[in-house]
Amino acid sequence: MSRKKKEIAEKPYRKPLIKKRKPNRSIAGDIALYLFLVLVAMVMVFPIVYAVSSALKPLDELFKFPPRVFAQHPTLDNFSDLFVTMGKSWVSFSRYLFNTVFITFVGTAGHLIVASMGAFVLAKYEFPGNQLFFKIVTVAMMFTGYVTQIPNYLILNKLGWIDTYWAIIIPAFASPMGLFLMKQFMEGLPTSLIEAAKIDGANEWKVFSGIVMPNVKPAWMTLIIFSVQALWNNRASTYIYSEERKTLVYALQQIQGGGIARTGQGAAVLVVVMIVPIIIFIFSESQILETMASSGLKD
Amino acid sequence: MKEYIQKYFELRKHDAQVAWKKAKNRKMCYLFLAPYAILFTMFFVFPVVASIYYSFTYYNILEAPRFIGLQNYISLILDDDIFLLGVKNTFMIAIITGPLGYILSFLFAWLINELPRWVRSVAVVVFYAPSIAGNCYVIFSVFFRGDAYGYVNAALMNMGLIDTPKLWLIDPKYMLPICMLVILWMSLGAGFLSFVAGLQGVDKSQFEAGYMDGVKNRWQELWYITLPNMKPMLMFGAVMSITQAFGVCDVTMALCGYPSTDYAARTIVTHLFDYGFSRFEMGYACAIATILFLMMILCNKAIQSLLRRVGT
Repeated sequence: MSRKKKEIAEKPYRKPLIKKRKPNRSIAGDIALYLFLVLVAMVMVFPIVYAVSSALKPLDELFKFPPRVFAQHPTLDNFSDLFVTMGKSWVSFSRYLFNTVFITFVGTAGHLIVASMGAFVLAKYEFPGNQLFFKIVTVAMMFTGYVTQIPNYLILNKLGWIDTYWAIIIPAFASPMGLFLMKQFMEGLPTSLIEAAKIDGANEWKVFSGIVMPNVKPAWMTLIIFSVQALWNNRASTYIYSEERKTLVYALQQIQGGGIARTGQGAAVLVVVMIVPIIIFIFSESQILETMASSGLKD
Repeated sequence: MKEYIQKYFELRKHDAQVAWKKAKNRKMCYLFLAPYAILFTMFFVFPVVASIYYSFTYYNILEAPRFIGLQNYISLILDDDIFLLGVKNTFMIAIITGPLGYILSFLFAWLINELPRWVRSVAVVVFYAPSIAGNCYVIFSVFFRGDAYGYVNAALMNMGLIDTPKLWLIDPKYMLPICMLVILWMSLGAGFLSFVAGLQGVDKSQFEAGYMDGVKNRWQELWYITLPNMKPMLMFGAVMSITQAFGVCDVTMALCGYPSTDYAARTIVTHLFDYGFSRFEMGYACAIATILFLMMILCNKAIQSLLRRVGT
């Protein structure tokens, strides 16, 4: 260590050949840890790659033995088969797709608006009950939605929403995670911004829609990704029982229940189901990470 | 004494009046919060209360709920062997996948932290994808298929480790470990993102200061500088992990079936589904839900008080 220091002291102006290494890092440690990282990354990504490639495999390759991971003659037959075979079934594949898209879109949009409005006042105003309400919301993040499922069923039943899209959409508006993240992020906004607008005569709604919301766009993406993730993967089978209102994930289970002959199509639906959240995530990653930086729970 | 109580109430009354006046001045705030507050109360707060109430009743939807005291809890704990099995399984899964998934999330977030920017963002996608890819875990039922065509069986037979295919997802012996594996695969979720973001936010000058003060290697750096800085994120990640670990049901249902052989993969949540939506014994199911709720809250509180001591 001391020799190294001497070297630096003797040649203060020499530009380092490789990028300057951080102190406290050994090369052996770096190599070992990064090798480990690469290995784990491959394991993590393998099932997803496998799912995509088997969706692209033609029928004869799907059952080849020994199996190959990558398709040799990739086709999109499985995807078009989805529409053909499911087209003849009682409810067409496009209907399942529509249901999922509709539920996801409306649920996410509503969640974004409702949660942001709540988060805005919780973050930026002092009023009685403010702290208490936020505390209850954080407690709500500590238990899974399954705990409330049965009373929720009874409530939705009273409201007459069972077997409608609203049974999935409306409860999604109130997801505690979205409000929590939005509030934490909004706290980082300078209060002077809001005060300046107020002096100019803007009312609360104007401040909210014209100033606060455009400034928290990274948090939008985060709310959207968490909401999409929950809704897009929603099986919806407890609250919805009409076939024509069931979702993609439900269709996926049906197709996979169809046995060996449906293997290719099963993989194709799987890809449709998983690719949408992943793509949204890829495009919004930096914004999401920006929001998550303020996600910490303080005492 | 009497005077003291009187004074206390007077003070309270005064406080309430002040709060009421403040509230009146802030009408707009309540209007903004109202949509969320109403929905949240309706679908999160009220159901918990209702669940506790129904847990003391016999309720089958058709008849009005009938109050039966603690009977549901008594039969749950004393008579329902399958529930106890479910509790055991849930605890096994939670104790193994919860902390391990949490540590892995942090470890990987920490390891990718020093990578160049674009490598890091690819790595985040790779690690986060399984948890966001929805039902992608069903692909594991192909890998672990019970005949010789299943990849795991085929590989093990080729290596000569086994001579007949194992029924991975039907044999109770293997079910739980496989489910745990899959859950671990998906465990890098919201907590992981929070860690990645939090690590980026740690003040760089602290590392230099630590270097001057004699921090020798990366592990010391981690313990003395990084972790104390990450406390709020660690708390958030813990909440996410615990919630996930106790709520396991999707993976076991998709891989091992519902119900699974000998109920070997039953968890508390699948037991809840069984009684709530198959047998319509809502009171009994609510008792299960209440127990699960209490377990999760207690566990969260315990872990949080533990985490407060990290790095100090």
